[in-house]
Order: sequence, then structure tokens, then C-alpha cells
Amino acid sequence: MIELSDVHKSFGKVEVLKGITASVQKGEVVCIIGPSGSGKSTILRCINGLESYDRGEISVEGLKVDRDAPSIVDIRTQVSMVFQRFNLFPHRTALENVVEGPLYVKKESRAQALERGRTLLAQVGLAEKADAHPPQLSGGQQQRVAIARALAMQPKAILFDEPTSALDPELVGDVLGVMRKLADDGMTMVVVTHEMGFARDVADRVLFIDGGVIVEQGPAKALLNQPQHPRTQDFLRRVLHPL
Amino acid sequence: MKGFWHDAVEFFPILMNGVALTIVVTIGSLLLSTVLGLVWAMMRVSGIKALSMLSASLINVIRGIPIIVLLFYLYFVMPDLGVTLSALQAAILGLGIAYSAYQAENFRAGIEAIDKGQIEAAQSIGMGWWLTMRRVVLPQAVRIVLPPYGNVMIMMLKDSSQASTITVAELALQGKLIASSTFKNTSVFTLVALMYLTMSIPLILLVRHFEKRAGKR
Repeated sequence: MIELSDVHKSFGKVEVLKGITASVQKGEVVCIIGPSGSGKSTILRCINGLESYDRGEISVEGLKVDRDAPSIVDIRTQVSMVFQRFNLFPHRTALENVVEGPLYVKKESRAQALERGRTLLAQVGLAEKADAHPPQLSGGQQQRVAIARALAMQPKAILFDEPTSALDPELVGDVLGVMRKLADDGMTMVVVTHEMGFARDVADRVLFIDGGVIVEQGPAKALLNQPQHPRTQDFLRRVLHPL
Repeated sequence: MKGFWHDAVEFFPILMNGVALTIVVTIGSLLLSTVLGLVWAMMRVSGIKALSMLSASLINVIRGIPIIVLLFYLYFVMPDLGVTLSALQAAILGLGIAYSAYQAENFRAGIEAIDKGQIEAAQSIGMGWWLTMRRVVLPQAVRIVLPPYGNVMIMMLKDSSQASTITVAELALQGKLIASSTFKNTSVFTLVALMYLTMSIPLILLVRHFEKRAGKR
């Protein structure tokens, strides 16, 4: 459903993606792991056109991703994004955040959008926070609202950009729980994460990225338990046993 | 002091005619400068190079010309080009254009203060440029922009007196006319100053209210 073929991307003189080829099937959960600055987030941002790419091709359900083409709106309504820093709209309530896209982009009826918005907030465990503004919510709650906002677009896939990196450790579990439920329900997900436990338990496949290339990829358990490439081995050793 | 009160009662009605025109000029040019300022600011942040450069040059040209010269130009030069404006029209147009440059810079600062993540979140749910502006950026920018906007209102109220130079009989000119025919300079100009101050005070309080509200979140 998402295809990347020899994707290159530079920021100025620094080439951050050096030929990424990968695909994500419908219903698949793919985790992208790797050191900071390896290009993980950039891949996600290229998939829904927040960044342009220089060479190669990215397509979503056969539609080429081109951030300057009108079709980018279609792609963005089909592939939602959840950000590291939540990026909720602070001037709107949790419920308003969730229904903003359905109401103003997809032009759904108010009654229908509000009803589904409430259902989604309940689904992420925040039914009683519908009228709260983001600054009144904890980080974990904000991120769950952001997931509900992504789901409200009824996307075919969701991209998660380090969704738990900005959270206090005790709030990580709530967010991962919601994501695990989504995966169980068959949502296609691409997750950039440092949560190796989540990757091992929930992901179908893991890509290890370093220096702008895919160093190693494979089924989650195999890659995380028996990494083949020395760089993957070294990375996992340092992440799993920092002391 | 007794003389002052006597004069005040006598001149007050005439000066009030000036106050009415001062308010008309202030509100008219405030509205015009707000609309023009928004247009310049939108052009500036549109991401389209030609529009952004055009707006930047316009703002610099406007900022580089004294208000009084702009007023003279509109009132005395435009008729030579076949466009005749009444003094009041020229005053509102001139002050509105002059202040649009400051409004534009204020609006732009407010828009650019909004976190980039907000724009990305809007884009990621499929919002285009205009929808992102209308639903996400501008409502948040308003809070940032309001306190300096209030200051612009106070400055405009006072600068509306420059319309007197092209014969608009607003408060300052009415005062000057009375003073030169009665020679009661002290009474008249004290009264004029007090009347400007009286009009400014509600605006000053409004700015303070805006600042408090902006500081809250």
C-alpha cells in the first residue's frame, strides 16, 4: 500500500536519505528504528508530503506522493500522522481537535462528525475530556487525542513519529496500549520508535536505519533477538543495555 | 481657573464637532489599515516569492514616506492626475495606507510566532494553505497581535490630527481655528489635550486588558 523506491533526500549538502526502498502492506505494522539523525522521521515526513524528496518515488495506493500536486490532499486524508510533540490545536477543545478534519476537510455533517469524534475519544479512553483544552491535558492524554484526531480522518494508514519520546515514562504505557489496540484491529501503521518492547511485541516487521540507508530489515522478533548486521547488533546492545 | 471653565463651556460644543471628525478619521483609517495590513501580511507569508517581494517593497516604500507627505500627495497631487478626493477621503486613505505598513509587520510577526508543528498538523489532516490560515494560524495569532494592535489604535487617534494639514476640521484644527480667532491659546489647547487624553484612556485600558489576556496562556 505504501511503496518507496530508491528515495533520496538532502537538506542542503547533507544527504539524509540515500536510496530507501521499502514497502508496507495493508494491515501491516512496521517499526523503524535507528540512531538519532539516521533519517527515520524524514522517511515518514516524505510519505505524507511534509517534506519533498529529491529522487526516487514514493506512492500510496498507487498514487505518487508529490507535495506540490493537488493530489497530496487525497494522500494526507488517507495517511494520517501522529507527531512526537502532539501538535494539537491549543485554541480548540479535545473534541474540536478531533472533528476539525472531518468537518472542514472532508465536509462531513456536524452531527455525524461529532458523534464519531466522541466515539473515538472514548476509544482512546478520554470520553470525559472532550471539552478540555490541550493545555489542561497531560502529555499522554494529548497524544491520545492526537491519535483520535488521526483516526477521525478514517485513514488507511497512520504514521507515528516517535509518539512516546516526549512523554513522561509513566504515561508511555497508555499511548502504547492505544496503539497496540489499533494494530490488533488491523490498522496499517508505520512507527518510528525507540520502544523496542513495543516493536518486538506489536510490529510485523522492523527496519533498522543508519546513515540514511536501510541496514537491516526483517520480522520483528528475528531482527530484534538475532540481529545479523554488526551495526544493528551494536545499536540494539546500546539501546537495550545502556549501562 | 475660573476663566478656563468659562472658556471650556463656550468652546466645548465647537470642539465636539472636531471630536466627531477625529473619530471618523481614526475609525476609517483603522479599518482600512487593518484590511490592507492583513493583505500585505498574507502576501508576505504566502510562500510565493513574487507576492512576498512585492509586499516587502510596498511596506518599505510606505514606511519611508512621512504621513504628512502622503496626505499632501493624495490631496494636492492626485487632482493633477485626474483623481479628486475630498479632504476627509484623502485623510482616511493616507493614514490607512501609512499605518497598513506597521499593521502588516505586526500581523506577520504574530503569524510567524505560531509553532511550525501547528501548520504541519493542519497539513497532515489535509488542510490547504487558506484553511490552515483561517482555522489554525490566524485564531492563534490574534492573541499575540492584539496588544500591539491596541497601541496602533492609540497612535492613530493621535496621528489623526495630521489630517488638519489638509483642512479636515478635526479636533486639532478646530482648536487652532478657535485659538487664532480668540487668542485664548491656553484654554483652547489645554481643552484639546484633555479631549485627546479622554479618548485615549479607554484604549489604554483596552490594551492593558489584551496584554493580561495574552499573558494568561
